[in-house]
This record gives sequence, structure tokens and C-alpha cells, in this order.
Amino acid sequence: MNIHEYQAKGLFEQYGIPTPKGIAVQSEKDFETALQQMPEGIVVVKSQIHAGGRGKGTFTNGYQGGVKIAKTHDEARNIAAKMLGNTLVTKQTGPSGKQVNTIYFNAPCSIEKEYYMAITLDRSSSKHVIIASSEGGMDIEEVAATKPEAITKVFIDPALGIQPFHCREIAFGLGFVDGAQMKQISKIVPALYKLFMDKDASLVEINPLVTDKDGNIIALDAKIGFDDNALFRHSEIQELRDLSEEDPKEVEASKYGLSYIALDGNIACLVNGAGLAMATMDIIKHFGGNPANFLDVGGSATAEQVENAFRIILSDPNVEGILVNIFGGIMSCKTIAEGVVAAAKSVEIKVPLVVRLEGNQVKEGKAILAESGLSITSGDSLADGAEKIVALVKQAKN
Amino acid sequence: MSVLVNKNTRVVGQGITGKAGSLHARNNIAYGTNYVAAVTPGKGGQTFEGSIPVFNTVRDAVEKEGANTSVIFVPPPFAADSIAESIEAGIDLVVCITEGIPVKDMARVKTMLKNSKTRLIGPNCPGIMTPGECNIGIMPGYIAKPGKVGVVSRSGTLTYEAMYQLTVLGQGQSTCIGIGGDPVNGTSHLDAIKLFNEDPETEAIIMIGEIGGTAEEEAAAYIKEYVKKPVAAFIAGVTAPPGRRMGHAGAIVSGGKGTASAKIAALKDAGIAVAPTPSSIGETLLSVWKPA
Repeated sequence: MNIHEYQAKGLFEQYGIPTPKGIAVQSEKDFETALQQMPEGIVVVKSQIHAGGRGKGTFTNGYQGGVKIAKTHDEARNIAAKMLGNTLVTKQTGPSGKQVNTIYFNAPCSIEKEYYMAITLDRSSSKHVIIASSEGGMDIEEVAATKPEAITKVFIDPALGIQPFHCREIAFGLGFVDGAQMKQISKIVPALYKLFMDKDASLVEINPLVTDKDGNIIALDAKIGFDDNALFRHSEIQELRDLSEEDPKEVEASKYGLSYIALDGNIACLVNGAGLAMATMDIIKHFGGNPANFLDVGGSATAEQVENAFRIILSDPNVEGILVNIFGGIMSCKTIAEGVVAAAKSVEIKVPLVVRLEGNQVKEGKAILAESGLSITSGDSLADGAEKIVALVKQAKN
Repeated sequence: MSVLVNKNTRVVGQGITGKAGSLHARNNIAYGTNYVAAVTPGKGGQTFEGSIPVFNTVRDAVEKEGANTSVIFVPPPFAADSIAESIEAGIDLVVCITEGIPVKDMARVKTMLKNSKTRLIGPNCPGIMTPGECNIGIMPGYIAKPGKVGVVSRSGTLTYEAMYQLTVLGQGQSTCIGIGGDPVNGTSHLDAIKLFNEDPETEAIIMIGEIGGTAEEEAAAYIKEYVKKPVAAFIAGVTAPPGRRMGHAGAIVSGGKGTASAKIAALKDAGIAVAPTPSSIGETLLSVWKPA
């Protein structure tokens, strides 16, 4: 789960990580009260969406830039009015963009130099890694590719926790040799790690972390992602979830215990198991089709779940064919067949449907489909099923 | 003709008195797996399936019944604790089926594992099976047959797909290991490949991977250097969009790392036969391996 910058900075404040003064507002009538609390003069106006590249983004109404510096409060108010409620397209949002529902006013900061800092899991070592770079404000992947010597990585054993030498390594890596700045880093880094651990974060990222003219180290931006598996023990984090940032079909699917991700193709698939679901998307592509979604019904799906899965798949107007691919290990093919039949009765399936069943009670499952009188093409293997659905969709178009 | 588990394996089931756990444990027992004990705190003194003693702690199961392998069906908030309990009790092999364990909990358990003799398989995995001898977890026994191919995979149903293809082609399996789809797991592809390479009865290997992390690349580097046995592989997720978690917590392309194309390139560079589709994993192995 991801949260907005203003929410992440709220957590930073709780953990004593310095950030510029900021106020978030959701409605135009609150602009005035918010701005009154900001210092006179320059105000930074920031659109809040769950995607990077905001500064260089474009609104669908033509307005340029999702992050702007206003010289006066009047200007800040005008800029905020142009952003709020409009849709911002950045390189991370996809062409449809994301609607800005919150504006975040920030006090200005006299930037001396920009840095980068992040904490995440290093999968190879199963340790946490703090990544720090003296090249802030840039895409860290680009820095890693072009200037790897500018990146310092410190690995933390989660059982040991962060130690003073870790902080010194980061401070020296960033070029902070001044005592006062060393001291600041020695407070900020452990605070950031504590936040990461306390809240079961999967990523904490500051880009940029800056020094100002007086030598203060400040987090100008904040990004936090959380481990979905640990949300059960963080009701305070669950409250920060913004459903408007998520695909409604994916939210709907999660209600029924289905794992669904919308893609831009036209052949929908319904599969049991995440690995097999990905492989099914791949084989559709292999035979010249284009998958419309990832959908894993899990290992113990009920007929009702299958019915809901069909409803969600068919709510995507781009879908021109469906491939059901089930390898019944423990799950019975009968259950899937019953779900398909029930779905066909409750939601009208107007597109070609290919079903490939294998495994547990496969004969019974196939019999249910055959006796249902539905127009279903049977796939003998995964390859056969994929080839058939691709061909049927092409045929229906011609 | 196997690795890690065989007919002598003495299994203790943690959390098998619950609904899902008991279903799978019964299937395992019906397959012939030797369950010697169950552990459910508070139910010590009862029996499971009429004859298998239930204990309050794993230590009791080890001391009283000589259990050397545990299988965990405990719900996610408590599963890491169950793994830790097994490690402390001196269990040799822990198979954790549970899906959805917080990453932080697993990262801590990982440190414990490094300082112990215990091997962990999973979590979020289908388990491990030596066909004809021992089936621990949720794999369907009927799709497997005893033989000489070692199978290692991050995905459950995709493993079944490969096992079934082999069986239909007349080739059995030595041991099938589902290592699970989480970002922090016990046994890696590389660990499994080493075991299969050292097992005299395993003649060929199938490795199934997916997007995310670099575990397949690390295994490929080892195979290139040390493995003479024929290896076939499949990588799922060529069409997966970056930045999206594809069901498994670990199946995500992030920061330009973990793409299917990079993995396939590394595998091919190591001389591994890569199946073009998930339907042709068995055939692909037979194109590089001529069984006697």
C-alpha cells in the first residue's frame, strides 16, 4: 500500500525527521485558512497523487507542472485552484493520469545541495539496505547506471538493528564531514529506520534530502510504501489508504479474495495460482494475443468467487474473449465448472470463452460444462486453449 | 533417489488441527507420508486422526516422537513464530505453507536460520514431495511419479503443470520443491540446484522462476560453472507490467530489476534450455536430456 507525500511527511514529523512546514487541503474554500498559517511570501504548491514525476507532469486541462513555486500567497491560491480536481499525467501515471484531490502547501527552503536516501529490503541478503547518494533529485536508477560511485549502500541485519557505525558510513558516503551535519545524520537515519521497522514499511524514500544555506538537513519529499501482509497490525496506516488512487476493479476483486490487475489487452484470463496466471498471460502473448488482465482466483476458490471473477473481468469494456485456465491440484475442476455455469446465467457472456481444465475431477468438470448448453470451447492443454482463444477473438473481429 | 525428504522422514504438523491444515495433512498421510505428531498449543494430549499424538510444543514432538521435519499451516500473524519454534527445537527441515507472512517477520527468522542447522522451505509455497515416498504440503500426489527429474519452482500450479507434463511424457521426478513466491524465503533456487546436482539419483533438473529479485540469475551462474546435468527452465511474467505485484509478494519488477527478459538471457547464457511456453516445459527438458 502507498500513501501520499503529505501523509508520509506527517509520519516523518512524528519520528523527528525534519521537513518543511506544510499544510494539506482538499477543498478550495480551505486555501485561505491554510495559507494564513504559512510564512509570508514564497509558497511551494504540490499536487498529491500516488505517482512520481509530478514536477514535469501536465494536467489534462493543459496546465503545466504538478509542483510549482509561487512568489506570493495570491499566486499560490491561483495555482492551487488550477491543480485541484484536475487530472495530472506524469511518466508514472500512464496516459489516463490521476486526479488531484489534495493540494499540499509547503514553506520554501533555500537549497544548498540535494541528496537521496532510501531504506528497503535487499532480497539477495534478506537484510535491510539503506541507499544514500550525493546525487539527489535525480532518478536513482539512472545514478546507479551512470555514476555508481555516488551511491553508498549500508546493509542492516534486522535482528541487530541500526548501529552508530552504519550512520557514520552514510554520513561519510554523502560527504558530511562537518560535526554538526554528522550529528544530524546520526539522528535522521536511525529515526528513518525506526519508522521503517515500526510501521512495516517496504520502502521509505527521500528524494531529495537537502542541505539548506544554514547547513540544516531537511527531507523535501517523502515516499512510503507498506508491506500489505503486515497491514493487519497497523490500523493507523490502513486509515491512510486512498481508494481513489486504486483501480476500482482491483478494489472490488480484493473484496472477494481475488488478485486482479487490469492490463491494456483484449483477452481476459481467469487462472488459479499467481505463477500460472502470469504464465497464462505470457502464452496468450506468445500466440499473438494481448492479455486484458492478471487474475488469480487462489488455491481454494468457490463457485461464488468464480462467478464474481467473471463479473469483474466482463466489466472491462476492452475484453473480447476469455480464457479460463485451471490446474486443479487440491481444488476441484467441478467447482470451477459450476462457477462458470453460474456466471453465465447471472452475467451474459457475449464474447468467446475457452476453458482449459486439468487435474482433480477434470472429467466431472468437463461434463458439467458440456451439459450446460453454453457455448464454450474446450482447450486440451494450456497451449491449445491459448491458441484457440486468440483465433476466436480474431475471427469475431473479421 | 531424492533430496531432503523420503520414506524415513518423521513429520510434525504445526497447525494441522485447523480446517485447511487438517485437509492437507490427511491427504499427505493418505499418500503415505509419515506424520508422527501434531502441534497445537492448548490441545496437547489429544490425538489427530485417531492415532497421531498432539503436543503443545514442537520440542515435545521432537523429544517424544523423534520428529525431524515440520510442516506449518499456521495463520500468517503467527507463522514466523512457529518457524522460530521449530528452529529452536532443532528440527532439520521446516516446510512453511502459510501465505501472507509480514516481510519483517521473515527477515528476522532468516537471521535465526543462518545461525542454525535448520533448513526452511517456503513460506508461501506448495511444499515438497518425493514421489512414492513422502508428500509434505498441498501438492496433488496423483500428478507425480517416481523418477529422475528434480523440479524446483517459485509457483505452485506452475509446478504442477511441469510435473504433470513430465509424468505424461513418461518421466518421473526425484523430488519436487516449491520454494515459494515471497521476497524472503528459506531455500533459494540456488540451494535446490546444489542439492539436485549432488544427488546421484537426480539426472536432470527443471527450474521454474518468475519476475522479481535475482534468485534465478544467481542459480544460473552456479549452473554455468558447476552443473553438468541437463537443465530446462521456464520464467513466468514476460508480459507483467513493471511496478505491479503479480499475486506473489515477491513477483514484482522494481527499479529495473527482476525482469523476465534479463532472467531468460542469464539462463540461456548458462546453457540452460528455456521453454518458450509453460506448455512445453517437459518437452524442452527432453530436447536436452535423453533418459536411459
